[in-house]
Amino acid sequence: MDYAAVVFLEILYMIAFLALTSAGLAIVFGMMRVINLAHGEFVMLGGYITIACAKAGVNTYFAMLVLAPLAVGIWGLIVERLIIRFLYGRMIDVMLATWGLSLLMVGAVSMIFGTTAVSIPAPIPGYQLGTYQMGGYNLFIIAVTALLIGAMWVVLRFTRAGLVARGAMQGPDVVAALGYDPRKVYMATFTVGAALSGLAGGVLAPLTGLLPSSGGAYIAKAFITVITGGSAVISGTLSSAALLGLVNQLVSFEAGPVIGEIAMLVLAIVLLRLMPQGITGRFFRGGT
Amino acid sequence: MHWGWFIACAVLLLLLPLVIDTHTPTVLLIWALFALSLGMMWGYAGLLSFGHSAYFGLGAYVYAIAAVNIGESTIPLLLSILVPALVAAVIGAMMFYGRISDVYMSVITLVVTLILFKFMNATAGDAYRIGDARLGGFNGMPGFPTLNVPGVPELSLFGTPTYYVCAVALLLCYLLCRWILARSFGRVLVGIRENESRCALMGYNVAAYKTAIFSLSAAMAGLSGCLFANWAEIVTPSVFSLRQAAEVIIWVIVGGLGTLVGPIIGAAVLGMVKLLLGEQTTIDNALILGLLLIIVVLAIPRGVVPAVARGWAAWRRTRVRGNGAAGARRRLGTAQGMRG
Repeated sequence: MDYAAVVFLEILYMIAFLALTSAGLAIVFGMMRVINLAHGEFVMLGGYITIACAKAGVNTYFAMLVLAPLAVGIWGLIVERLIIRFLYGRMIDVMLATWGLSLLMVGAVSMIFGTTAVSIPAPIPGYQLGTYQMGGYNLFIIAVTALLIGAMWVVLRFTRAGLVARGAMQGPDVVAALGYDPRKVYMATFTVGAALSGLAGGVLAPLTGLLPSSGGAYIAKAFITVITGGSAVISGTLSSAALLGLVNQLVSFEAGPVIGEIAMLVLAIVLLRLMPQGITGRFFRGGT
Repeated sequence: MHWGWFIACAVLLLLLPLVIDTHTPTVLLIWALFALSLGMMWGYAGLLSFGHSAYFGLGAYVYAIAAVNIGESTIPLLLSILVPALVAAVIGAMMFYGRISDVYMSVITLVVTLILFKFMNATAGDAYRIGDARLGGFNGMPGFPTLNVPGVPELSLFGTPTYYVCAVALLLCYLLCRWILARSFGRVLVGIRENESRCALMGYNVAAYKTAIFSLSAAMAGLSGCLFANWAEIVTPSVFSLRQAAEVIIWVIVGGLGTLVGPIIGAAVLGMVKLLLGEQTTIDNALILGLLLIIVVLAIPRGVVPAVARGWAAWRRTRVRGNGAAGARRRLGTAQGMRG
């Protein structure tokens, strides 16, 4: 019984981890068809900012929930103005330019923060579940992710800004004719996506030692989650995160974490082959 | 095809060891061959593989494993060409017969190299071995026999002979690519790149052509991987890394997409830059490479070699000013001589 609860919580955590790290990329890809391969580095940057602020004395929660998204959001705005806005509609070129950006950010962070791992302790202690010791911080991550997805859904569905964003995604000309500048919408969307990536990085910072190369671990999983999810932002990300996270954890429990990750990657290839438009290209079409 | 230029470059390459030490030029040649393999597929068939390092790494590992088990290097060399080609044929068939292309092909190829990277990293320990060869995990496989004269295992090659093998391999593969492009196979590939549905409607089996070029490109990448294993004398999982996959793409795109010479030059120049940057620690070399990629994508999306070729053609046009038929013929000639 305890073991079942542990397995359940671990699966939930893996799904939340995938959803959290993919949220920023999903917004940018789902709304603007921009594949930001520097997304992992945005997450890593959020982590570094959180750790730097926490070590400077700022409250950890404030650093991870406010400062990191703010700082990475501003960086995302700069990137959009300087690089992304010239490349809308050129998907491969965007992928290449953002890959270059990711290399640039890794190099810059290595030069500024050095290449030894930095870390801060998790602010929530572990707890006992039957005979198993569980990490309490994982529950916090699950809670933050749930709140985040909920907030995203509310904003996209019920606010004017969300309506304009969805409109710009579906028909930029119509939105322009109605008086909204699609370029400003894209700028805002990219900034929000970057901020969400920073938030993910901040929240995940206390988990392991952070290196400039940590971004590479995030981008692969986030990329796969978003592409297999399809173009719907919320239902796509959630459904693919659920499927991939479930398979990853179940196989990990049987055969170890490496085989679990490989199983997840193989499943992603199979899903892409069967549903090239992503899960929400086939099911849940027209959803948010 | 400019035979004059080819012979001049070939002679230059073959005479180079008389002037400088061959250790660095060898790896530049290997990288050039690797870039040529991707450039052939991407530039002429329009297929961008984000994980071409998978076949580079497969070639290296297959050579190492086979060389340890067999001892003599002819079969391992052949295997390091055939195994990546076979794997690519399978993956390519899965993708292209499912009409997957563009972005999704990039994702799938990226995931394949990731899988290989993660798998190889986790194979430390005695339990992971193929025949006599321990896979070594993240530490890699050192100490395998290097290339030897076919049939004579005692005469192994290192140093300048290895340079000559790499130079000949590059020249032969370049000729092979030129030959393919001159035949109908190559022309169909370009047609597929330009307008795939039109090619399919004209009756060509587009999926088969794509799988074939993907497999051929993987074979060349595998060869370059095998040569890399011989140069480095150790094979580590970093041959499968995202970093390696990104680097070859940068070489091709900076050098010139849509040409054969562009990727070669891009790989040689950027490889040299990377080696030089690696020797100093003030500026991280990832930063320079990343900045370079961004600038090239924004400013010179077709790469340096086509830009230089256009500039050269434009400069030549300003030079041939003549009156009458001779001048007009020359002007017409240079305009039509612009090749992509």
